[in-house]
Amino acid sequence: MIPAEPIIEIDHVTFGYDASRSILNDVSLTFERGKVTAILGGSGCGKTTLLRLIGGVYPANAGAVRFDGEVVDATDKEALFRLRRRLGMLFQFGALFTDLSVFENVAFPLREHTDLDEAMIRDIVLLKLNAVGLRGAAPLRISAISGGMARRVALARAIALDPELIMYDEPFAGLDPISMGVAANLIRTLNDTTDATSLIVSHDVEECFSICDYAYLMSSQGRVVAHGPPLELSASDDPEVRQFIRGEPDGPVRFHYPARPLAEDFGVRP
Amino acid sequence: MVSLIAPIGRTTLDILRALGHHAFFFADLLRNVPTALRRPYLVVAQIHAIGNLSLVIIMASGLAVGFVLALQMYYALVTYGAAESLGLIVNLSLVRELGPVVTGLLFAGRAGTSLTAEIGLMKAGEQLAAMDMMAIDPRSRVLAPRFIGGIVSMPILAILFSTVGILGAYVVAVLLIGVDAGNFWSIMQTGVDVRRDVGNGIVKSMVFGVICTFVALYQGYETQATPEGVAHATTRTVVIASLGVLAMDFILTAMMFSTP
Repeated sequence: MIPAEPIIEIDHVTFGYDASRSILNDVSLTFERGKVTAILGGSGCGKTTLLRLIGGVYPANAGAVRFDGEVVDATDKEALFRLRRRLGMLFQFGALFTDLSVFENVAFPLREHTDLDEAMIRDIVLLKLNAVGLRGAAPLRISAISGGMARRVALARAIALDPELIMYDEPFAGLDPISMGVAANLIRTLNDTTDATSLIVSHDVEECFSICDYAYLMSSQGRVVAHGPPLELSASDDPEVRQFIRGEPDGPVRFHYPARPLAEDFGVRP
Repeated sequence: MVSLIAPIGRTTLDILRALGHHAFFFADLLRNVPTALRRPYLVVAQIHAIGNLSLVIIMASGLAVGFVLALQMYYALVTYGAAESLGLIVNLSLVRELGPVVTGLLFAGRAGTSLTAEIGLMKAGEQLAAMDMMAIDPRSRVLAPRFIGGIVSMPILAILFSTVGILGAYVVAVLLIGVDAGNFWSIMQTGVDVRRDVGNGIVKSMVFGVICTFVALYQGYETQATPEGVAHATTRTVVIASLGVLAMDFILTAMMFSTP
């Protein structure tokens, strides 16, 4: 299924941090406006790298990344910053500013990018914190809140300027079941109420499938294995898709790292 | 033959690349200074963090150096019946050399390491990356105010170091040893030139401020985002900044005081 109105297009992108090893190999993905799309895959498959390419942190070695029809050019800082004002990103561990309070963290992008007066900033910050259930935590220091709360504060900060696109880097990693459920609900609710587009990078199949409209599954070789709505992927017969979704230890993705034969390593005679 | 030449070429290229990287970083810092100056509250906060919080170690060291300098100089001068020159020698030693240099070395150890560790940990915690993704340039928002803070703080700290040092020397020379107080102060007034001695001392300390703060920020910003990376970066800050201060002190002294 080709999405009708894409906000992000990854067009035959190849990328590697150095010339010797490619992280992404000729991948093409499309993210539809207004939808929650998940990119699933094991560790090291290039999911977070994909987010960095969308944000223009690195330029693609080949192919193009388009945001709302405009090519993301990592070398044009001015255009890049213009684009980044339209997106919010939730980092894996929140990346909150530890020298600021919860309130000041959420107020940070507002103070930097707007000329709003203090009363208006206060109202917006409290509204955003209320949306993530942490209005009461506004005066707390970052060191005084839990990991789950930090993730929610970071989410409030990411949506402070009402971005068109919200990118989530492993939003469920390291969270307890309650915090995980809360985070999943927040992602879905915020996407629907703010009319934004959400992009989740995760390896948590269950949580992602419970909230996303569409999902891409990536392999460790940096290519797209399968994509489709969650129900369609769940019913897939593809062995690689089945292995990942069911969490099977062995299959097309090998349990053992490539090694010499066992008998050879242990000196067993044939 | 090629195997002998190749490492030399590689090392030369590495050095040139590193120098170029440092130069670009420095130019970028300078380019962001006007933006930082438009938000003085950020600079003031850094002057407080870098300057005020270094006061105790700078003043305690200044006092100790003043005590020792007065004692050592007195014993040397009294042998030649020149003890009345004590005030002048102490003053010139402090404002021309010891004030800027010792403050520079202490600054590298106290404020420099603190800056490197802070920036390095911000990088490790993805705070700088988060800022960048918010379309806020960390060099403008985080580095430039610290750079200005360091350059402003350093001369003030050096002046305080020398002032406290002179007071320390007064305590030892006049109150403890019994050198004439009028002579101690009057010889300073006649022998110390404000522009040549005090002014050049301040210029030196400003240059040392640039060196120490630049090295600290560069090491923090370019550190590997791991605990080992931050540890190595803080060590490099102390070593490089201290050597930079000592090397630049020789060059500046040769330029400033080449004539009697």
